[in-house]
Amino acid sequence: MKKLFKTIPSVLAGLVVSFNVLAAGTGAALDHANTDINDQKSLKNGANLFMNYCSGCHSISFMRYNRIGKDLGISDADVEKNLMFNGEKIGDKVTSSMSDAGAVKWFGTTPPDLSLVSRSKGVDWIYTYLRGFYKDDSRPFGVNNKILVNASMPDVLWELKQNKSTEDFDQDVRDITNFLDYVGEPAKLIRVDLGYKVMGFLFILFILSYLLKKEYWKDVKYGKWRAKN
Amino acid sequence: MDNNKSWIDQRFPLTKVWNEHLAEYYTPRNFNFWYFFGSLAMLVLVMQIVTGIFLTMHFKPDAANAFASVEYIMRDVDWGWLIRYLHSTGASAFFIVIYLHMYRGLLYGSYKAPRELIWILGMVLYIALMAEAFMGYVLPWGQMSYWGAQVIISLFGSVPVIGPDLLVWILGDYAVGDPALNRFFSLHVIALPLILVVLVFLHIVALHTVGSNNPDGVEIKKNKDKDGIPKDGIPFHPYYSVKDIVGVVVFLMIFSAVVFFAPAMNGYFLEHANFVEANPLKTPDHIAPLWYLTPFYSVLRAIPPMFGSQFPGVVGMFAALLILLALPWLDRSKVKSIRYRSWPYKAALAIFVISFIVLGWLGMQPVTELNALLARIFTVAYFGFFILMPWFTSIGKTKEVPARVTEK
Repeated sequence: MKKLFKTIPSVLAGLVVSFNVLAAGTGAALDHANTDINDQKSLKNGANLFMNYCSGCHSISFMRYNRIGKDLGISDADVEKNLMFNGEKIGDKVTSSMSDAGAVKWFGTTPPDLSLVSRSKGVDWIYTYLRGFYKDDSRPFGVNNKILVNASMPDVLWELKQNKSTEDFDQDVRDITNFLDYVGEPAKLIRVDLGYKVMGFLFILFILSYLLKKEYWKDVKYGKWRAKN
Repeated sequence: MDNNKSWIDQRFPLTKVWNEHLAEYYTPRNFNFWYFFGSLAMLVLVMQIVTGIFLTMHFKPDAANAFASVEYIMRDVDWGWLIRYLHSTGASAFFIVIYLHMYRGLLYGSYKAPRELIWILGMVLYIALMAEAFMGYVLPWGQMSYWGAQVIISLFGSVPVIGPDLLVWILGDYAVGDPALNRFFSLHVIALPLILVVLVFLHIVALHTVGSNNPDGVEIKKNKDKDGIPKDGIPFHPYYSVKDIVGVVVFLMIFSAVVFFAPAMNGYFLEHANFVEANPLKTPDHIAPLWYLTPFYSVLRAIPPMFGSQFPGVVGMFAALLILLALPWLDRSKVKSIRYRSWPYKAALAIFVISFIVLGWLGMQPVTELNALLARIFTVAYFGFFILMPWFTSIGKTKEVPARVTEK
């Protein structure tokens, strides 16, 4: 019985871990995006593809052009040349130039802002969605999607899919997904590295504080603390 | 004036307070792992207040701007992301620490005479903390903020007779909207933190009046030496202050691991659906409160509507919370600590812990027939722990409690 009560803290700790496993196991079968936010080449290619294929309709309105440039190592001049098409200013937020009324007329709905799609849906969902279009003549754009049934979006990447090998196309989709992961949380680029430094600092502090405690508690162990007063 | 005293002590009882609460506060020498969580709860409270002050500088309590202002903090405010993650992780950490702190009370009978008032103040603190956390979760104005608030606040509408008017009075509108967000902000940053700080102060004053319990449940004040100092006591400072520093550092390591490596905790600390802005026209498929409120949410859902009213469920949910206040008087055992308790108490405590965890898990799941049945069974087990306590604490053979604390 005594053992049982001693195991309860480890059970509680185990629960936190199993929560993770449970959360990961829910939902439809998604392909693993396998993105790496530290892969700058992939992020740059993703930014390029996003601006060319997605940003016409979709905003990422919590993101600024010059922040993307700064984080991905692209100079302001290059951002203006390669990523901005509508005469915006470098500090502007990335918003699509399509009007809401136009969007409703053409697509039946307004395309969602994608600033946080990687956080609400997850990278695996984006990766599977973008690769999940198939031919369906009953739909207005002639395509349907296997994980978002009756999606209003046309298969904007069809040209890439047709002209590239499957691996290269998958890599392009992975790069867009990776870019959107970054857009969902720009701090992710520095968060993990900083975390290792903080953990290192705390580990040293732990050794010092433990030794300090041990030194003081010698008094308690040998019943000497009263003699000191 | 007493010229033997320092300038400050002539005017303010600094030395007296220092001695009474730290340097000459005699604490049992046999505290174990479970005794770290009180000081850790204070640490988290301070951390939440400090990070909260900085968040308040940038947050906009306005239904049109709240969601975007949180993302502004995450992106454009220097170190804003870190402050926000410390605050959001701190909320969950607060409840983990508090649940372990309360479990310690159950293990060693810390709520029993003469410490009933410490327990009651602690329970009021716990309820205030739940209100604080609930209102804080509404502020980012995501889908779960909005719909979670809608579900919980609509419960007040089920109160007979005055329900509908009460609901409008609470919300300042007919549905959750800008007025609700604004007043929840006010309560979250001013009213409840003030209440929490005052209650923590009272909780500690009450503790220092009777002295701390310990894993043996022995009253160390019964065995004093010729100077009136408990033989099993050691001064809180420096012995427990240096020991608590070790606990603080270990806690910060676990806490930082979450903040830096998994701040959303895969949807358990920051729900995925809360990264979508609140939309009153689009109900999410599945609405679940954050994990720390789910045991009580489960009790609410386990009790079926009666006479077409949800009110019995609401009563059940609040009863599940308030019944904890009666614990000191429900426990009839002569001994405090689990080390010397009879086996029926040990078995009942194990069942209670399992019930609480299962109810918490069920509260996050969609309702299915099996889940509803399980929720009912474990709700009965939860209440059974309290209702049967006078009986199972008076049967079975307890072990003899030693006169002095034991050495490990």
